[in-house]
Amino acid sequence: MTLAETKTKTLLNVSYDPTREFYKEYNVEFSTFYKARTGIDVKVRQSHGGAGKQARAVIDGLQADVLTLALAYDIDAISERTGLFDNNWQSRLPYSSAPYTSTIVFLVRKGNPKNIKDWDDLVKPGVQVITPNPKTSGGARWNYLAAWAYAEQRYGSEDKAIEFVSQLYRNVPVMDSGARGSTNTFVRNGIGDVFLSWENEALLATTKLSDAAEFEIIVPSLSILAQPPVTVVHKHAKNHNVAKEANMYLEYLYSPVAQRLAAKHFYRPVHPEFADKKDLQRFPDVTLFTVNDVFGGWQQAQKKHFNDGGVFDKIYQPGR
Amino acid sequence: MTLRKMKAYSVLPGFSLSLGYTLFYLGLIVLLPISALVVKTMSLSWSEFWSVITDARVVASYKLTFGTALFAASVNLIFGSLVAWVLVRYQFKGKRIVDALIDLPFALPTAVAGIALVAIYGPNGPLGSVLLEWGIKVAYTPVGITLALIFIGFPFVVRTVQPILEDFEQELEEASAALGAGRWYTIRRVILPHLFPSMLTGFSLAFARGVGEYGSVIFIAGNIPMVSEITPLLIITKLEQYDYAGATAIACAMLLFSLLMLLVINGLQGWLERREKQFEGVMA
Repeated sequence: MTLAETKTKTLLNVSYDPTREFYKEYNVEFSTFYKARTGIDVKVRQSHGGAGKQARAVIDGLQADVLTLALAYDIDAISERTGLFDNNWQSRLPYSSAPYTSTIVFLVRKGNPKNIKDWDDLVKPGVQVITPNPKTSGGARWNYLAAWAYAEQRYGSEDKAIEFVSQLYRNVPVMDSGARGSTNTFVRNGIGDVFLSWENEALLATTKLSDAAEFEIIVPSLSILAQPPVTVVHKHAKNHNVAKEANMYLEYLYSPVAQRLAAKHFYRPVHPEFADKKDLQRFPDVTLFTVNDVFGGWQQAQKKHFNDGGVFDKIYQPGR
Repeated sequence: MTLRKMKAYSVLPGFSLSLGYTLFYLGLIVLLPISALVVKTMSLSWSEFWSVITDARVVASYKLTFGTALFAASVNLIFGSLVAWVLVRYQFKGKRIVDALIDLPFALPTAVAGIALVAIYGPNGPLGSVLLEWGIKVAYTPVGITLALIFIGFPFVVRTVQPILEDFEQELEEASAALGAGRWYTIRRVILPHLFPSMLTGFSLAFARGVGEYGSVIFIAGNIPMVSEITPLLIITKLEQYDYAGATAIACAMLLFSLLMLLVINGLQGWLERREKQFEGVMA
C-alpha cells in the first residue's frame, strides 16, 4: 500500500433524494473533523435517488459503505437479501439509528381556500389530495400510516380506519409513482387542494423556492414521527478498508455540529439543544407517534398494509 | 441437420461465418436478458405464476396497456402514412425542417415528453382547460395515455413508409391512370398494396414501443389502480416490494402477448406480400 492510499480514503454514502443539501454540507464538516483528529483525508461520494431504487441498487451490488435512507424497511430488505450487515442494525446507534427526524404535514394553496385544518378535512367530498402511491414510494408510506393512525385513534376501530383511508385515497385524483412526480403535479401543474408532504420538504418549498408565496403549511393535530435511519454496510466498509471511517461518519451525525446542520436543512434534530433557536422555531409542536408504537415496526406495517393483497390494495378492489 | 443442408444455394461466400455471428449476436443481445427474465420467474410455482398474472388489477392493466398501444399505433398508421406521403410527393418551403421535426419524439427523454404533455393538456394547461370546458378530460385518463403513446410512436410509421414511397415508380400510377383507373382505384389497387408491408412494420414498431413505454405515460396517466394504471407501472410496483419473481412474471406475460401480436402482424405481412406477388404474376 502506498502512502497516498493510506492518507486519503473514500466513502460511498447511498442516500435518498431530499438529503442532498444536508449531506453536501455535512461531508465538508466531517472531513475537516476527521482530518484534524486522525490526519486522514476522507472524501465522501454521494448517491441520491428514490429510496426504493437506491435500496435495489445496493442489493444488486452498488458498493455502498453507509446507507442513509428514508425508511427502515428498505434497509431491512438489504440486510435480509444480501447479508452485508446484521439484521439488528437499527439498535447500533441511538434513537433507532435515526439522527434526525421529520413528520408529515399538509401543504395547501395560499390562504387555504378549502379551509383544511386536520386529517378529517381530507376525506370531505370535493377536496383533492395529492400523495404518491405508497406501493412505489417509500416516503408516501409514511403519509398513509399517518392517516391510518389518526383514524384509528380518533374513531377507535380498524374498520373505521380502513373506511377513512379508503375515503382519503378516493380523493386522490392523480397518484404519481414517487414524491418528485407528486410535487410536480401539485406545484407545477396546479392540481389538488392539499399535498401530503414530509415537513422538511414542505419547509424547503415555503422558504426557498420561488413558489414560496403560493403555499402554506398546515400542521395536523397528530402525525407520524418519520425516522430516516442510517447504517454502516459492514462487509463493504471492511472490504474497502474504511470500517472506522464509516462508523465515525454516522456517529458524528449526532454531534452538535451535525445536529445544527440537520435543523438548518429542515430536519428535526434528535438533540434540539444543539440547534439554532431560529431554526427550531420552524418546527411546531405536534403529537407524534412512531411506527413501532402503532404498527409494531416496519415489517409488520409493510406486510399488513402495502404488500400485495394488503389493506391498500383492497381500497381499489372493484365492488367496494 | 448440417449447415450444408440448411443452406440454399447461394453465390455469396461466408454463409457459416455470418450466420454464426448473427446467432451469437442475437443470443447475446436479445436472448440472454430474456432468459434471465424467465429464470427469475421460475422461482414461482405454476399456480403462483398464474395467480400473479391473472390478478384483477393486472388484467385491467393489460387491457389498458394493449388497448391504448393498439389504438395509438392505429392512429399513427393513418396519419404517419399521410405525413410520409406529403413529405415524399410534395415540394414546399421548410420541408427539411418538417422532416427533421419528425424524429424529435425519439430524441426527447420520455419523462420530459410526459411532463410537457401534462403542461399542455392538464386541467390548467392552455389546451386542457379548453377541452375540460367541453367535458373532455385528457390528462390523468386513458385518453392522456393514448396521447402520449401517439406522440412517442409517431416517427415509426413515417420512417418506415417514407423510403418505400420514395422508391415507388410514379410510372405505375401513370400507367394505371392511362388504363382508365380512377384515382381512388389507383390508390386502392396500386399504391396501398405496395405500401402495406412497410405500414405494418411501422405499426408493429409503434405498437411494441407503446406497450413498453413507461417514462412519458407515468406523468400523464394519473396511475389510479383499475383505471389508469399501466402494466409497466405494476412491474415497478412489484420491484418496490422486492418481489422480483412477481415483477418478472408479469413481464413474461407481457412479453408473450407482445410476441403473439407481433407474430400475427408478421403473418399478415407475409400473406399480403404473397398476395401481391401473385397479383403481379397475373399482371405479367
